[in-house]
Amino acid sequence: MVQDIAAMLPAFERHRGNLIPILQAIQERHSYLSGAAMKMVAKHLGIGPGEVYGVATFYNQFRFQPPGRHRIKVCLGTACHVAGGEIILENFERKLGIKDGETTADREYSVERVVCVGCCALAPVALLDDDVLGRMLPSKVEGLFVQFEIERQRQEREKVARESGEQARD
Amino acid sequence: MVTIVVDTKEIQADDGKSVLQTCLEHGIFIPNLCFMKSREHPHASCRLCFVEIYGIDQPVTSCTERVREGLVVLTATARARRLQQAAFKLLMSAHHCRPKACPVRGGCQLIRIARHLKVGLNSQPLERLERAIDEEVDLGLFTYYPFRCVLCGRCVHVCRQRTGHNLLTFAGRGLKTVVALFGGGDLAAAPCRHCGACATVCPTGALVLKGEQGRAASADSSLRAPQIPPR
Repeated sequence: MVQDIAAMLPAFERHRGNLIPILQAIQERHSYLSGAAMKMVAKHLGIGPGEVYGVATFYNQFRFQPPGRHRIKVCLGTACHVAGGEIILENFERKLGIKDGETTADREYSVERVVCVGCCALAPVALLDDDVLGRMLPSKVEGLFVQFEIERQRQEREKVARESGEQARD
Repeated sequence: MVTIVVDTKEIQADDGKSVLQTCLEHGIFIPNLCFMKSREHPHASCRLCFVEIYGIDQPVTSCTERVREGLVVLTATARARRLQQAAFKLLMSAHHCRPKACPVRGGCQLIRIARHLKVGLNSQPLERLERAIDEEVDLGLFTYYPFRCVLCGRCVHVCRQRTGHNLLTFAGRGLKTVVALFGGGDLAAAPCRHCGACATVCPTGALVLKGEQGRAASADSSLRAPQIPPR
């Protein structure tokens, strides 16, 4: 990753106005900004790493941890805010033990807040990867994880069945 | 040198200096938090230094007004006061003051400003704002108290311009904005061991140096907020 970023940087002029385009390009490729990456950008542009950190944390679009296998996005646009999107976000945060913008230790889930996904009639809305979950309720958050658990157990059973099937054939 | 009039008092002032600085240098107190002489462009973010100037319709921030010949300044008009008090109340809605536990009780700019504006050290009648930020952040050489911080930016400025360390920065935004170091790291490894300028310029005790080293560093009085005259 470090080498890749080092290879990317020379394409950008050493001008502080390029800070955000560079950060965007890095996140595009690596899906998050690591501390090492930000330090390299700072060095390339001749500004303090603190300045890069300040700019990057200002914008919601930048993340500092790699996203999880399942990305949960909770909408906090106007309609969802009014309908209690904040509560839904808190439910996810509490359930997974992480804050928005973070990823669980097993890299399974990450939670982030987004601003309006464009289906305000369904507020409050959450996105699970590419699926829209409308009219969210705390109980639905709970239900979602029960489903995940069932799915996981099913896959496990199938795996065991497949393996025992292979053994039987041998 | 030009002559200006501040609250009926005639003052000889340097042409081009800000009205705020001129007044402070002549012992006329105007509330302010974010102003620093060394700032090339005044931040004008604390909205506390409002004055009225003859010939200008609305009250203006005195840190952004330059002194020129024949300027007539009024520092205590009802309109300017109303704006200052409103700005102060808004600041206090996020700065939860606990005078007994405060390490800067004597030197706190907020206390001085509250007294000057004749308002309490609280946000009443405005609501108190609850922010989802940490109570206390360990920055190595310093302890940072986000709830005391009014985000005036003096420490960030002094770290960047005056000392050239460029370590402190604002992180996050909106209600979650805090002063931070790169990656939330710690200053113990930083090149600023003996500087302490950021803690010295802090008007509210949000950045406090730890231990003995701290006291020695903050003895550098040239950095201390110059606008707190002894009472």
